[in-house]
Order: sequence, then C-alpha cells, then structure tokens
Amino acid sequence: MTDKNIPSSAQQLNAVGLSRADYRGEQSTLCRGCGHNSIASQIIAACYEAGLRPEEIVKYSGIGCSSKSPAYFLNRSFGFNGLHGRMPSLALGGCFGDITLKGIGLSGDGDSASIGLGQFKHLVRRNLPFVYIVENNGVYGLTKGQFSATAERGLKLKKQGTNPYLPVDIAMEALISNASFVARSFAGDPKQVKELVKAAFSHKGIAVLDIISPCVTFNNQEGSIHSYTFGKDHEDPLHEISFVPARDEIMIQDFEEGSVREVTLHDGSTVILKKLEADYDPTDHWQALRCLEEAQKNNWLVTGLLYINPEPPSIYDLFNLPDTPLNRMTEKQLRPPKKTLDDINLALR
Amino acid sequence: MEKKQIVPYWKKDRKKDIVNEFAMAIATINGSGSATANNILLRTLFRMGIPVSGKNIFPSNIQGLPTWYTIRASADGFVGRSEVDDILVAMNPSSFADDVSKLAPDGVLLYADDIGTPITRKDISVYPMPVKKLARDANVSNNIRDYVANMVYIGVLTVLMGIDLELLRQTLSDHFHGSAKAVEPNDKVLMAGVEWAKANLKKTDHFRVEKIERTSGCIMTDGNAAGAMGAVFGGVQFVAWYPITPASSLSESLNENLPHLRACPETGKDTFAVIQAEDELAAIGMAIGAGWSGLRAMTSTSGPGISLMGEYAGLAYYAEVPVVIWNVQRVGPSTGLPTRTSQGDLTQAYFLSHGDTRFIILIPSSVNECFEFGWKAFDLAEHYQTPVIVLSDLDLGMNQWMTPAFVYPDKPFDRGKVLWEEDLEKIKGKWGRYKDLDGDGIPYRTLPGNRHPKAAYFTRGTGHDENAEYSEDPVVWERMLQRISDKISSSCEALPAPEIDKHKGARFGIITMGSAEPAVEEARAILAQEGIPTDRMRLRAFPLSKAVKEFITAHERNYVVEINQQGQLRQLITLETGCVDELISVAHLDGMPLSAKWIYEQLTAREAK
Repeated sequence: MTDKNIPSSAQQLNAVGLSRADYRGEQSTLCRGCGHNSIASQIIAACYEAGLRPEEIVKYSGIGCSSKSPAYFLNRSFGFNGLHGRMPSLALGGCFGDITLKGIGLSGDGDSASIGLGQFKHLVRRNLPFVYIVENNGVYGLTKGQFSATAERGLKLKKQGTNPYLPVDIAMEALISNASFVARSFAGDPKQVKELVKAAFSHKGIAVLDIISPCVTFNNQEGSIHSYTFGKDHEDPLHEISFVPARDEIMIQDFEEGSVREVTLHDGSTVILKKLEADYDPTDHWQALRCLEEAQKNNWLVTGLLYINPEPPSIYDLFNLPDTPLNRMTEKQLRPPKKTLDDINLALR
Repeated sequence: MEKKQIVPYWKKDRKKDIVNEFAMAIATINGSGSATANNILLRTLFRMGIPVSGKNIFPSNIQGLPTWYTIRASADGFVGRSEVDDILVAMNPSSFADDVSKLAPDGVLLYADDIGTPITRKDISVYPMPVKKLARDANVSNNIRDYVANMVYIGVLTVLMGIDLELLRQTLSDHFHGSAKAVEPNDKVLMAGVEWAKANLKKTDHFRVEKIERTSGCIMTDGNAAGAMGAVFGGVQFVAWYPITPASSLSESLNENLPHLRACPETGKDTFAVIQAEDELAAIGMAIGAGWSGLRAMTSTSGPGISLMGEYAGLAYYAEVPVVIWNVQRVGPSTGLPTRTSQGDLTQAYFLSHGDTRFIILIPSSVNECFEFGWKAFDLAEHYQTPVIVLSDLDLGMNQWMTPAFVYPDKPFDRGKVLWEEDLEKIKGKWGRYKDLDGDGIPYRTLPGNRHPKAAYFTRGTGHDENAEYSEDPVVWERMLQRISDKISSSCEALPAPEIDKHKGARFGIITMGSAEPAVEEARAILAQEGIPTDRMRLRAFPLSKAVKEFITAHERNYVVEINQQGQLRQLITLETGCVDELISVAHLDGMPLSAKWIYEQLTAREAK
C-alpha cells in the first residue's frame, strides 16, 4: 500500500498545509539513544502524517524523564508539565476547557505505575478521550537508577541489588480497568509506534500505549526485559498495523483476501491490522487478557493493538456540553439574571 | 427608638416572663430523622420575625450516637452560641441524665415519656410527652413512624410557647414543596401533639414567643449552600471535589443547583461540569487543569484535603494558574474532631505548599458573605492568576443562619489578562507568558484552543523565564519569584477590606475573623452597656490591607479573638504588620463555636489585671 499523504521530504506540506518543521519541539535534553527520543520523533511524524493541527493538540505530563519529553515535540501545542503521578487529573480538568481539542499525555513507569497508579486507573475508568503514553523502562532515570514498579523480579541494577518484587503490567492494569484502547509497543519499532499514535488520536476514549522505551544509561544491560536487545530478540507483534485517515479511501484490494482485519474508529478513520502468524481479534477483551498472560509466562514482548472498543461512551457523553468550547463562553452565558437570584432569596424566606 | 437594656443570656431570670429570648437544645439519637422537624421549627420562628440560628452538634457517626440541635432565639439579634440551655427537648435516653443535669436553673424540660430515667431536679418545669403513643395513634405507615414522631415535640412546643400554628403548617408544606404525601403524615403527628398539649399541659415556665419584625429582608440558609450559590452567579464552570465533612454539602449543592440554574440561555446546554474525583490530590489537579485551560474552576474540601492539595496549590502559585479552593474548616490535626468547628487552618492556608508561597485568602463571617466571596473569588483568582482560598468553617458552613438576602453581583466578570487570536494578531504574536508588560506584576496568558500559531506555551513547575522557557538561571529564578510575590502583595487593597466598627471612647480594640464574629459582637454590646466601649476590626482577607496596621496602632491593646489553639490570626498579623506588643491573643479551641460569655469573661479578666 502506498500512502499518498506521506511526503517525500520534510519540506512538503501535509493535508492541513503544514510542514514537518511545524511539528518540531525543543532540542531534547535526554540521553543520546534514549527510547523516549525515538517516541517523540514518532509522535511528530504521526501528527504530521495524520494532518493533525498542533494548535488542536494539548500536551500533558507528570514528572520524570518521560514527562520532560513533551517539550521536545509540537512547540505549537499548549503543554502542561504537572506533578509526579498527577498528570491524569490535570489533563482531565484541562481537556474540559475545550473538548474539541485532542489531549496527549506522556508518562513513565514511575509516574503511572507507582505514585500515579491510582490517577492512571481512574482516568482510564472515566474514559477521557486522551492519548496516554507510558514510556516504560523499568527504572527511575532522573533520580539515577532505582527500580521502578514495572521492573521484573530478579532484575539486577548497579547500586540497587536485586529487585525482589513482581512487576506491575501497565497494559494489564489498563485492560482490567476497562480501557477502551490498549496497545503495547517498543521504541525500537518506530513504524508500529507511529501508526498506534495515529490510531490513538482518532479514538473516542482513553488510548493507553504502554511503550517499552529502553533507558540506555541505567537499564539497557543484557537480560533486562526493558533493554533494546531484549526487545529486538523477543518482540512478537500481533499484526502489522496501518492507520488510514478518514479522508482517504482504503485500497483494500492491496491486501490479500482474509489477510487483514479492519477497525473503523469513531472519526471515520480505519486501523488496518495485517495478520501475521495467528489471527488476533482486538475487540475481544478476554483474548487480550489471555494474550498478555501468555506473553508474561513465556517472556515474549507482545506488541500491537491489544484491545479496542471503537465506540465507547466517553466522559464527555456524560455531560450535555455545548458546541462552543467552555473556555470561550461569555458572562452572559455564565451568570444567571438578577430575577433568578430574587427567586432564590424568596425561596429562602 | 428607646434603647432596650440587654440582659446577658447567662444572667437571665427564668422566673419571669421571657419573650423571644431562649436557647434550646433538642437531644436526639443520630439518624432518627429529627432534621426535618428541627428545620421547620427554626424557620417558623424566623418567619415570625424573631432572629434565630440553628446549630447541629453532631457526632462522626451515621446512626446511634447522641446528637443535639440547638436553637438560639434573640430579639436583640444575638444568635451566636449559648453554652447554657434554657429549654431541653430530651428524646434520647442515653444522654438524658447528663442533658438534664446541664439544663439552666429554672429551665424547661420536655421529654419523651418512655424514657425511664428518674428526674431529680426540682427547680425545672417538666413536661413529659407521650411521643410513642401519639405517633402510633396517628396511624401513619410503619416505615416512617419513628421519623415523623419528632413532630410531636414540635406540636407540644407550639402550644407551650405560643408559636404561630398556621405559619408552622405553612412552613411544613413549603419544606416538602407542597408534596401531600410527605406533608400529611408530618402534619398529622404535629396536630396530634398540638391537640394533646392543649388538652393536657399546664404551663409552669415563662418562655414564650410572639411575632416581631426583626427578620425582614433576611433569608435563612447555611454557608455551604450560600457559597455554592455565589459560585453559580460567579459563573463557575468546573468543580472537582472529594467527599469530606464539613465541606461535602458545598459541592453537592452545586451539583444540585447548576443543572437548573446554569443551562446556557441560548442553547439550553450545560455551561459547567461537576466531577467527584478519586481523592483530593486529583480534585485539585482537575481544578487546576481546568483553571489553566480558562475555566472558572474550584474545589471544596476541609483541612485533611487541603493538606493533600498543598503540592498542586504550590505549582499553581508558581505557574500562575487561577483556581478557587474552599476550605470549610474542622478540628485537626489528622482526623481530629471531624464534625466540630475550627479556625485552625489559617496559617496552613497562607503558606500552603513547600517553597516560598503566599496565597490570597478570603474569610467570610456570614452566610451572606459566603455568597459574596463565592463569586468574587473567581474574579480575584483570574485577575491575579493565582489560587484563592476561601476559609469558611463547619459552624458557618453547615449550620442555619439568618442573613441579609443575597445581593446580586455589582461588578461584571473580571477574566484577567487573556489574549485570544485577534489580540495576538494585533501584537503580531509578540508576547511572553510571564512578561510583566504593564508593570503590575500580572502577565498575560493564552488558553488552549487559541489557534494563533504563537499562542501556545509550555507550563511547568520547574524554573522558567519570561517566555516560559526552562531556566535554572539564578537571576531569572529570583526575578520571577519576586514578581509573583509582589503581585500577591499588590492585591491587598483590592481584596474585601477589613470591617471596622468604632465606638466613641473605646478602651481597646478587638480583632477577629469569620464565624467568631457573632459572639464577639454580643460580648461587645454587653461590655459597652457596662461602660466598656470597644472598637472592632474584622479581617476579611489576606494579604492584609494597610488599614489593619492603622487600626492596631491606634489602640494600646488589641485582643485577637479566634477559634484555634495557637492564635494563628495573631501570628499572621504580627508577621504582616510587625506589631507585637499591641496584640493580645484570645484564642480558644474545643470544637464548639465561641460564645459571648467566654469572650466577655476573657476580656474583663484581662482588663482587670
């Protein structure tokens, strides 16, 4: 399949008339080779290729290496780097300002699996339309290499010794909290990351992307399940994923019959999942749970779109919100007239 | 008008005719459904034109523990707490003996006659009431019988004290919005009480009520409902909260009232969202996110919740995000006395969070002011781009007070300095989020959704410069924090001014705040009558106006009266004004509202030294 939207050079304009440079961020201050940098690049590419306007995206993050990264992409988007483990609440409130915008949150395994596990799960439970990326490296980087809650039992780290505890599985936590979009990916698989990010932006609900993102400084040694070599050797993609924006015609004849699954998203875009070894139905919640369970047992890094419910009721559906964004409402719309207060006073006599 | 002599409530002669002056305690079992009966009684007295207040002294419990509803009626308008009860309605066997022993000399006792405890006091008027029998005979359905049984004592009191029966029945009907199904069983039991009392009671006490005209222009409600209503008229758009006594009813009131009061006049759609968060950490995070995105956002909580909100409040201070935080104070530290009142969170509020912070604080002292600060807080938060903390307390927030009717906001919204697309176009996109262009320390901000390519900026709690760029430059850090501090200081004369009341020949000054005021005013009136006139200054906001120091230095002695142990108001005034010797702390905390008697005794004892 050839995507007509992908320009051959960075100078070319995308569907909304912007060049790749319009999606740039600041120079990264993370370590060279950090998985997070690769993810930031893929977020830029995804937004550019999908033709999203940076002014219509709002970035949020908590605290940690991952949470610094929103500064390194989409300079023309608003961003708020909040508190450790409390990006979800900040994002939820922030998104209500203008629900026509798209929110993206960058978090880490310390941020979302330790201090912020509660807020993470509650945001999932509320189903805020939001791209929630966990850059998962099993280690605290900014504080110099302590175990995180996603570190595997038995992991040995310099100065820290051996990790005695079982890990938290971010994707599993999302699934059992009824997330409507759950994916796992690997920073060393940029194409998959990019396509998943595009699909996540089109999803009408919370989209959790648990992306294994190796920490080259503190946790990239042989045998660590969050290392590049482990990922390269053990990645087991469920399917080959391509995202087709709503405006494009799907050239289904490009695929061999029966070789793909299509999932139509709320905004009319489509995710095309090309079958690999076995057929995988990402709308089957039970299968997703089993898949993660088996991957855990067998030490596979299973990646891809684990689960999707394309039409879930989102938190916005619980409110009767107007088309005008709340943050553009005027005093006339927000302050009841004096007569209303007179009536209230009368009723309190 | 001839000035009437005030009789201090603790010096009342109960052997003589006493009209429209009493303190009553209704002792019941928590969860027994007496709230309806008590509210109807209170409102009827209010509608008779008698100044009243109603306080619920309740345990941290759903069902079973003793609870007391106290009503203070005072033709003079003194409705602060009285620690002496003239009249006791005893419905709870477990607290009966103790309650009776505390009743004032020559007091009045009404009690459910199935309570078997012997009464040993000889000085009191005693009226046993066949509560169970009358409720049973009234033939109301079993599932509500125990609840409506409370209407028996209302009926008996009506006869005994001369309460306007027709007005009472009207109030009962209004209470249930005219629903016959709810009104009928209550009315039936009420009338059974009335008829029984008429036929069987011989009045031996001297308390009675009669219609006067001292409540016209007033309404009756609680501070939480008033604060919520203020927020409704302040255009609140986003509320995130977590349940906690005594603050819950504020957000619950918003949840209840926003849907019918705040549908968009053009589209009929909601102009707000209320979300019950998973905890206070999230509630404040949501509110700050919403405030940052341009919504009038708030949360309400009490001390423990504020402790959890500290870190985010500090971020909002430094990142300059408007948000309104209501703290309906209770007794801490820790769980403390969760159903008792306090003014113990003042210093916490002022310096909330780590690092150098200082917050704008509003301190309402009446239900009416809860309404006023309810809308004003948003204007201040958005004008100064900073959190505003409203310090209420349980006594003000959860108890029923009469108050002048709510006054419609006299000012249009102040949305502060916000740049939209056309504004940025005019200045060709040249702006910086934290640049002090006007020399007032208040920068301009843009809001998410602004499509101008230069609108966006990155907000962070880490060091940043005027363009919101990351910075660890020591000079930048110092400059930014100084500007923010100056900005907060500059608000002092724009905040609600201290309310000062001067008397000719005042012997000393009294400084107070919040719900301590009613008791202070009553004590002052009695002191003045005894030839000790005083000046009073009630603080309504921090940082302090310059008028505060002027008041203090104009007096040799100023007693600082407040409801906490450490004298926090005195501490902060000293910090802000540098005054030490002129300030004398009169602080008290036992979980109960202050009383005029206590203040009177403290001040006279100290003056005698």
